[in-house]
Amino acid sequence: MEADLRTIRDKVRAGRRLSEEDALALYRSRDILSVGEMADFANRRKNGDRVYFIVNRHINPTNICVNRCQFCAFSKTKGESLAYTMTMEEVLRRAEEAQAQKATELHIVGGLHPDLPFDFYLAMLRTLRERFPSMHLQAFTAVEIDYFAKITGLTLDEVIRRLKEAGLGSLPGGGAEIFAPEIRNRICPEKISGDRWLEVMEAVHAAELRSNATMLYGHVETLESRVDHLRRLRELQDRTGGFQSFIPLAFHPKNTQIAKGYTTGLEDLLALAVARLYLDNFAHVKSFWIMVGPKLAQISLHFGVNDIDGTVVEERITHAAGAQAGQEMTVSELVTMIRQAGHVPVERDTLYNVVREWPEGSA
Amino acid sequence: MAKGAVPTMEEAVRLLRETPLFELGRAADEVRRRLHPGRAVGYIVDRNVNYTNICGCGCSFCAFYREPSAPDAYVLSEEILSRKIEETLLLGGTQILLQGGLHPDWTIEDAERLVRAVKRHPIRLHGFSPPEVWHFAIRSGLSIREVIARLIGAGLDSIPGGGAEILDDEVRKKISPRKIGWEQWAAVMREAHRQGLRASATMMFGSVETAESIARHLLRIRELQEETGGFSSFIPWTFQSGNTALSLDPAFGEGAAAGFNHAVGYLRVLAVSRLLLPNIRTVQVSWVTMGAKVAQVGLFFGANDFGSTMIEENVVASAGVAYRMSEEEIDATIRDAGFQPVKREGLPCWT
Repeated sequence: MEADLRTIRDKVRAGRRLSEEDALALYRSRDILSVGEMADFANRRKNGDRVYFIVNRHINPTNICVNRCQFCAFSKTKGESLAYTMTMEEVLRRAEEAQAQKATELHIVGGLHPDLPFDFYLAMLRTLRERFPSMHLQAFTAVEIDYFAKITGLTLDEVIRRLKEAGLGSLPGGGAEIFAPEIRNRICPEKISGDRWLEVMEAVHAAELRSNATMLYGHVETLESRVDHLRRLRELQDRTGGFQSFIPLAFHPKNTQIAKGYTTGLEDLLALAVARLYLDNFAHVKSFWIMVGPKLAQISLHFGVNDIDGTVVEERITHAAGAQAGQEMTVSELVTMIRQAGHVPVERDTLYNVVREWPEGSA
Repeated sequence: MAKGAVPTMEEAVRLLRETPLFELGRAADEVRRRLHPGRAVGYIVDRNVNYTNICGCGCSFCAFYREPSAPDAYVLSEEILSRKIEETLLLGGTQILLQGGLHPDWTIEDAERLVRAVKRHPIRLHGFSPPEVWHFAIRSGLSIREVIARLIGAGLDSIPGGGAEILDDEVRKKISPRKIGWEQWAAVMREAHRQGLRASATMMFGSVETAESIARHLLRIRELQEETGGFSSFIPWTFQSGNTALSLDPAFGEGAAAGFNHAVGYLRVLAVSRLLLPNIRTVQVSWVTMGAKVAQVGLFFGANDFGSTMIEENVVASAGVAYRMSEEEIDATIRDAGFQPVKREGLPCWT
């Protein structure tokens, strides 16, 4: 084992916090068996053999977006041929299907639409909460929250308060991309800054809403900028404790304006393992199977991951950029995949309450 | 497991079923480093050409074969064969992997004609798995020795390890009852090696076999290699169930969940293969069945070869699997893992 990895391993075993230099050394390492073992150790100490999944449904109400980020293959400008905006009926139909499949969560994110008023989103939340009280509404990235403040002139706190009152249960972690301005300005110059993203999340957590955090990797970022990203998340988490899970998102190049290949298996495993090791104040590290593929997602359960997201059912954003995975996994596929990796599947709700455990031998 | 000693069945099964994943990975990585102390990882630019899909074997795991009367049954013409080879040469290819169904009418003459047609071009020919060799012998009333001698005479360079599936007749009875048994497979290999042909050995797992059958397969290959030294590489790969009769068999569905046909299972089998076959120099990943990402991870679980670019591949594709990798992607994937890609021109060297 390389000397710096040995020092890191000693820290991990002792439960001591890793430095930014440690994180960088881990990203640079190609000794993936050592890195994997450390991440597995850190994960098992927190989560044992349990691996979470959720029965959920993604809904992307519109792909029309005033930001046209370089890395995004999903967004369209109003009037473009593939632009769409769902009617309330279309949103409700998807929610009905989700309920019929015993989903516990609706995951709702979309573009920054130029014309839809804030009231449209409030009405959507209210209607969904009234019609489907059993499903948790996880909706709107920090970027959308900021946009609502802009189009209404309301303060962040007021926007969040009204959304919460209308039924918002928690926030996903999208829109974080890479915080470092020199990278962010190249891939998404129109998007809110990293500082603003963190400010929105701090306000969200202050309103007692939980959220996730993400990082988009595998484009033009440097390893140093990834470490900087993780550092800022860890600092905010120290202050608020409001993040539930961290989800590294693998950049998908198809139909985007960034010329780059797909991420490799090692890159994906390292992104997950380093997050587990460095983000010692995050309980959950999630491998999103849509992004890395179900096979690598399964392997990642030995590299620090304790959550593989959910059934999803309909996914538009990553698929627009050439995702090779399918749109949906059934509960039985998720359970089998977790078990085959040697772990115990646990169906969770959005807030990580146990819905059902699947110990060995249960059908 | 004592160093140097031949593992017992029980030890092999324990490795497959119980040894923690990272422990297996480390042990396999150690064997790989001992055999390949440099950072080289090989690959080849070649093309799989399947001369016919007409086959009387009818294995339940196969989505490729057709009855002679099927509308999409085919036998490649020499013109198409030549065109495929020319395309391969233009793409920098150095080898043709030639395999086909057990065509009811084909004899050694047809096989020789095919070999000569390929060898009119400046390209290596890796062709005819043991069931095909056996089939030509039966159809022509010749011995295995004579068939192999005539194929070598026509220009055959080496033979692929296809048709091994699982070298355990209990399993073969279930998934390929009309194919030659394990001893005949071994007999063809033994004779080919005796006549100086090098070969690869393969294993298709993840259908209906148990850990015991996988262990038996690996130990039988090890023993044969001790005897002949003719295998240059070992390639384990996973059964792909799409469009197969076996996928509709309820017994398969039940067995599959408990087996090794998944990414973590693949890494386990790959590592155990490396551990149990220290006398075969090269272990190959199968990106065709597992995808580029898992294949890359496989380089840390005992593998030292990325296989082929597979300019054309029909058999796995007919089961609905469509992974593709260009030479550039293979090169970049090997480098990203910290290894040095080495383009080889034929089988991995065995000395």
